[in-house]
Amino acid sequence: MTRYITRRLAQAIGVLWAAYTVSFLVLYALPGDPAKLIAGPDATDITPAQLDALRAEFGLDKPLIVQYVDRLLGLMRGDLGQSLPTGRPVSDLIGEALPSTIQIAALGLLLAIIFGAGLAILATFSRNQALSRLLFSLPPLGVAIPGFWFALLLIQWFSFGIPLFPAVGNVGFASTVLPAITLALPTGATIAQLLSKSLTNTLREPYIDTVRAKGAGPARVHFRHALRNAALPALTVTGLIVGQLLSGTVVAETVFSRPGLGRVTATAVAQQDIPLVQGIVLFAAGVFVVTNLLVDLIYPLLDPRIVIGRPRVARVQAGVPA
Amino acid sequence: MSQTLPATTDAPALHIPVLEIHGLAVQYRTIADTIDAVRDVSLTINRGERVAIVGESGSGKSTTAHAIVQLLASQASIVRGSIRFNGTDLVGAARNTVRAVRGRRIGLVPQDPTVSLNPVKRIGTQVAEVLIIHGLADRKTAETAAVEALRRAGLPEPELRAAQYPHELSGGMRQRVLIAIAIIGGPDLIIADEPTSALDVTVQRQILDHLDELAAETGMSVLLITHDLGIAADRADRIVVMSEGVVVEQGTPAEVLSRPSHPYTRALIAAAPSLNAAGDVDRELAPLAEDIRARVFGGAPGDPFTVRDRPAAATGFDDHAPDVLVLNNLVKDFPGPRGAGRNVNRAVADVSFSVPRGQTFALVGESGSGKTTTARLALRLDDATSGQVLFDGRDITTARGRELRELRRRIQLVHQNPYASLNPRLTISQIITDPLIAHGLGSGAERRARAAELVDVVALPATVLGRRPAELSGGQRQRVAIARALAVNPELLVLDEPVSALDVSIQAQILGLLASLQQSLGLSYLFISHDLAVVRQIAHRVGVMRLGELVEVGDVADVFRSPTHDYTRALLDAIPGRSTPLAIP
Repeated sequence: MTRYITRRLAQAIGVLWAAYTVSFLVLYALPGDPAKLIAGPDATDITPAQLDALRAEFGLDKPLIVQYVDRLLGLMRGDLGQSLPTGRPVSDLIGEALPSTIQIAALGLLLAIIFGAGLAILATFSRNQALSRLLFSLPPLGVAIPGFWFALLLIQWFSFGIPLFPAVGNVGFASTVLPAITLALPTGATIAQLLSKSLTNTLREPYIDTVRAKGAGPARVHFRHALRNAALPALTVTGLIVGQLLSGTVVAETVFSRPGLGRVTATAVAQQDIPLVQGIVLFAAGVFVVTNLLVDLIYPLLDPRIVIGRPRVARVQAGVPA
Repeated sequence: MSQTLPATTDAPALHIPVLEIHGLAVQYRTIADTIDAVRDVSLTINRGERVAIVGESGSGKSTTAHAIVQLLASQASIVRGSIRFNGTDLVGAARNTVRAVRGRRIGLVPQDPTVSLNPVKRIGTQVAEVLIIHGLADRKTAETAAVEALRRAGLPEPELRAAQYPHELSGGMRQRVLIAIAIIGGPDLIIADEPTSALDVTVQRQILDHLDELAAETGMSVLLITHDLGIAADRADRIVVMSEGVVVEQGTPAEVLSRPSHPYTRALIAAAPSLNAAGDVDRELAPLAEDIRARVFGGAPGDPFTVRDRPAAATGFDDHAPDVLVLNNLVKDFPGPRGAGRNVNRAVADVSFSVPRGQTFALVGESGSGKTTTARLALRLDDATSGQVLFDGRDITTARGRELRELRRRIQLVHQNPYASLNPRLTISQIITDPLIAHGLGSGAERRARAAELVDVVALPATVLGRRPAELSGGQRQRVAIARALAVNPELLVLDEPVSALDVSIQAQILGLLASLQQSLGLSYLFISHDLAVVRQIAHRVGVMRLGELVEVGDVADVFRSPTHDYTRALLDAIPGRSTPLAIP
């Protein structure tokens, strides 16, 4: 177990390093002079000498490979660097933006699970053919609706139509509801899609017939037997869902004018604030890695066939009956 | 057809009907049309009676079984008839009525134990659940009762098993768990739907013996669904033969086997390998054209598929030809589970045998005996840990590159499951020409012409060429797989359980085809099977494998007449149908 976690952590560091390298290459390959960005758009009268001084201060005059190693060494010390336009540490900027984002992301995830899983269960549980067919057709629709348009609709309905929630800002719980719903729509639709498919397949498994042959009613079949088995494939894509939530905040926070990681990302990209964008990429990669590690640790608790540290393949190859 | 037949002297039937099915018809609705799976079934099961429904796949026997407990697929429905259980008609009964009967009054033992238990729940919980559903016990007493039921089902160390998960048990043990689930409610009737067709023959026998004992002990009735007439003859008081959704014949085993009145029953008896004598593959079943040899081997000027450098002996008609395949002291180790030290799992231990040219060598054993691994070593799909593989006198143990590719042309493989071994997206023509493309043989038009020839050789109509596997039956698919193997003119075919996924009458046809192909083409076969009855029909020599070792090798007649190893004797005794005290016509 300890060995397994050690190995996974080593892998996580590898993933972060790869994310750093790729983002470094992509960002530095972009056209534009970072020194001019540091000076700001208003600095029209800046002299070449002053630009050189700025380059020297941020280490931009060194060869690319030296910059790469310098920043990597900084990362190892936990230093994400400084934002170019503001000169503030990247870790501070991310840290300040995070709480507000976590609020809407957590509420969004909760809503997504409740409505996504609820829809999937209802669709497979319902004896009414027409209703179940209607429910099955909803998830693709949810994935297809553009987030910004849906966010504008929500504002139209619930801020201006019936003034229940504020249209902008981050004051109080009420301000988190509409952004969270915006985030929950594609995520919940993904969960509903996966889980309803998975439940449909699970309910066709022979062991479900065994349960029915015992005399069990549909509720027992669904909740005691099918759901846990059907949840396993859905759990695999949790990492994907977290990524979807993070990218969703860019739209949600922009439309609802909320400060947060999404807004910071949008601004950083627009301003070509390379260290900040890179910091956010690394943060997202870190969240992804941690999520997947947690999922892998939870798996054996839900499925006794999976033993940590011993891949299934090895057993199959060994010819041991599964 | 009579409703109730007089009980035979050895039948304990008390003439109190437990189950009366009358005029049952079940329909499957698909988008295109409706299929009458069961058209007219009437049968009665008396208290304590064991009745077997025998038929091939598609005969409606499983549908009938599932209709009784109303566990039909969602697109199926009962359109006519009645199913009276202890006097109550279950057709059209309220859901609660049916649920009260399921598990408590009627126990169902399903077909494939490896997929019929919830993989994420403990064994004990799954057995105890029956009592909890029917309110017969609380959580605690149910657990205790579950252990007792597992013991009665013949599972060793039931306390330990109850705490385990399904994947930690073997197939046979899982089937005992399912029997425990079926009996724990104290049912009046057990429906066993092909309960052992997924199990090894020795395990099959133990399970069926145990089911018989339980039935005798408790006086419950048994409805056994099987495709194997031998099993039905051994186990049932009465046999019901079904074909195409209709009961064509019913009676005691003696009546049905010795005086079959319906032609279908006669065909079924003739095809059942377990009821047949040795070496009587019916070659008439696969009439082959006279010029088959020339057509498969080619030889016409400019034929791109002719094998030019093939030695004269390689056609198998030379009595002094050397053995086509020789295995010397083959060993295959797989690494043991990680963290368990340096131990290895020896799948094949010091196996030596040879396949004579133009003949069939059968490798027999139960699952896990190492027979498939041995075949993979011979095919060079896996590398041996030690030992030697000789093909046509040449050492191929370490052949690679060009040599290995040439070898792939001379040795071909036919898989067990024709439903899984054919790419569902390709047409039959594409499937058969695939190996030709892989070896770069012929032009597109020539390959298509060859596919047409080969389809004819395996006795399929030319119309199948444009179809896809899903449109063909299991037997037709296996013919396609054989045609594909023949496409590159191989000398040796490795047949891995080629008929075990097929119905008995189809089995007989495929075996007939293989035998006549061998005769006309001089092919050599390495035939892998768990079914001794099939081996007896097709093989010249046989090797019996157990736990990676070859325990007995010899001519088929010798091994079957006087087996020298205890394990071989156990295997032979376990063949169903041998206890039938009848002279089969």
